[in-house]
Amino acid sequence: MKARVWLRALAIVIVCLVIAMPVVWMIAAAFKTNVQVTDPSVGLWFTPTLENFRAVLADGEIVRSLGNSALVGVVSTVLSAVIAVPAAWAVGRFRMHSTGSLVLVARIVPAISLLVPWYYLFAQLGLVGSYTVLVLSHMFVSVPLILWIMIGFFEGLPVELEEAARTDGLSAFGAFLRIALPLAAPGTATASVLAFIFSWNNFMFALILSDEDTKTMPVTLFNFISYASTDWGGLMAAATLMTVPVLVAAVAGQKYLVAGLTAGATKG
Amino acid sequence: MATMTFERSNRRLRWLMLAPALGFVGLMIIFPLLFTLNLSLTDAFGAVNAGNSYHGVRNYADALADGRRFWPAVWRTVFFTIGAVVIETVLGLAIAMLLRRPFRGMRIVRSILMVPLLATPVAIGILWLLILDPTNGIANHLLGGLGIAPQEFLGSVSQSLPVLMLIDVWQWTPMMALLLLAGLSTLPEEPEEAARVDGATAWQRFRFVVLPMLMTTLMTALVLRAVDALKTFDILYATKGPGGGSDFEVETLNVYAYGLTFDYQEYGLASAVLVLFTLFIIGVVVLLRRRSGKASA
Repeated sequence: MKARVWLRALAIVIVCLVIAMPVVWMIAAAFKTNVQVTDPSVGLWFTPTLENFRAVLADGEIVRSLGNSALVGVVSTVLSAVIAVPAAWAVGRFRMHSTGSLVLVARIVPAISLLVPWYYLFAQLGLVGSYTVLVLSHMFVSVPLILWIMIGFFEGLPVELEEAARTDGLSAFGAFLRIALPLAAPGTATASVLAFIFSWNNFMFALILSDEDTKTMPVTLFNFISYASTDWGGLMAAATLMTVPVLVAAVAGQKYLVAGLTAGATKG
Repeated sequence: MATMTFERSNRRLRWLMLAPALGFVGLMIIFPLLFTLNLSLTDAFGAVNAGNSYHGVRNYADALADGRRFWPAVWRTVFFTIGAVVIETVLGLAIAMLLRRPFRGMRIVRSILMVPLLATPVAIGILWLLILDPTNGIANHLLGGLGIAPQEFLGSVSQSLPVLMLIDVWQWTPMMALLLLAGLSTLPEEPEEAARVDGATAWQRFRFVVLPMLMTTLMTALVLRAVDALKTFDILYATKGPGGGSDFEVETLNVYAYGLTFDYQEYGLASAVLVLFTLFIIGVVVLLRRRSGKASA
């Protein structure tokens, strides 16, 4: 029996190492000199340097891209929540699942089959490269995501509370605003954090719909590979700057984010 | 009477609450899809404001007759998806069973499981370029320690797609494990206890008690993952660039359609490919859904 417990612990440790090591390697490389990065015999024991981060943060383009990513992420997430949370309540409370699943079609459709007409139409409107277009395109991911998570959340709230509020004279909308919405705050927070992360990570939309001034961090990082592939330290520092905020969110909100990510899947 | 006005106001309210979301879906998803469908029947090419005329289903005929880029892209998409999803499902199920009983440190393990699937795909792609660099990467260094000759990995035409599949496995197996773990936590314990009392071995309990009960979650997770794997783009494009490399070696349908549109500006043909691609994905979902229906029935 004792042996089996140790065997299981060992297996868990191995799984964790395989999953975590590449990312640990990336973060370590961000603190290495370029000579150390390209020398595989330099493992995890070396004198760390902040030089890569200094260079990356002195580069106006990268700082601006990080700002663009944050801006597009926040605005698209807030607008998506404003649209999707009331819709999720309506779907959950009035059992309108066919309407709800219409929105979830977005989960199946390949994003690129929308990117073509978006580009075509927005180019004719002269909007390609604007923040408006980037925000709208990122909402394509976050509206269905927030809707998906929040339908389940509202269905989990006891309807009796809202009914009681309505016997006390509140309208249905009042019950939503004063009762359901505050109770759904934790779910909304979880869904919004996930939506922000997916916007932050999104590559394809900004690759086409952004310009020099509005491009987001993944695009800047991608452009870096082609002409700065010798600067592995700088690349890893930039990649680390992109990834670490997400990792912090993942660790801090681990329980809620897992619940959000797995929402819907277990219900079939 | 009072109840009736209440219900009527509710009916208006529910549509009011849904209107912005439905408007967004209509404007940003349904209308563009119809636009793509329309564009696929034209000879649209070059500048977006260039005039174009209808020429029927010629784009579809051209795509389906293209054995150089289109069909290889289809087979790569199928190979990549089936390979990655099968490995991810088996490994994910194993990891979920491993983590099933509560233990100290569960919080940390679950945080680690979330890392690959939340990290930026482009950053992940660059990271693997460093790890798999044929001369300076740690991967060949480690293989050398095991006495295995250095590999080209992403530098090789024949290795690129399998290597990218393994990166996909690294990135998405944890998601599969988390989904299945969530599914396992909802299962009742009694049937398993009964089987244990009846003398069933651990494998028999898994195979004949747990697995059938988990089937709904398993199929849902599989459909979700298959849909996303079919659409994989970021890491393929970030590591191999336009066309999926010099010999189109990782050019899947997504990468192909992207190149047709934004590198060659073949809007008409690209739209036809996208319509076929979308129908293909819907077909896969319907097929898997029907099979899962049979499995649970």
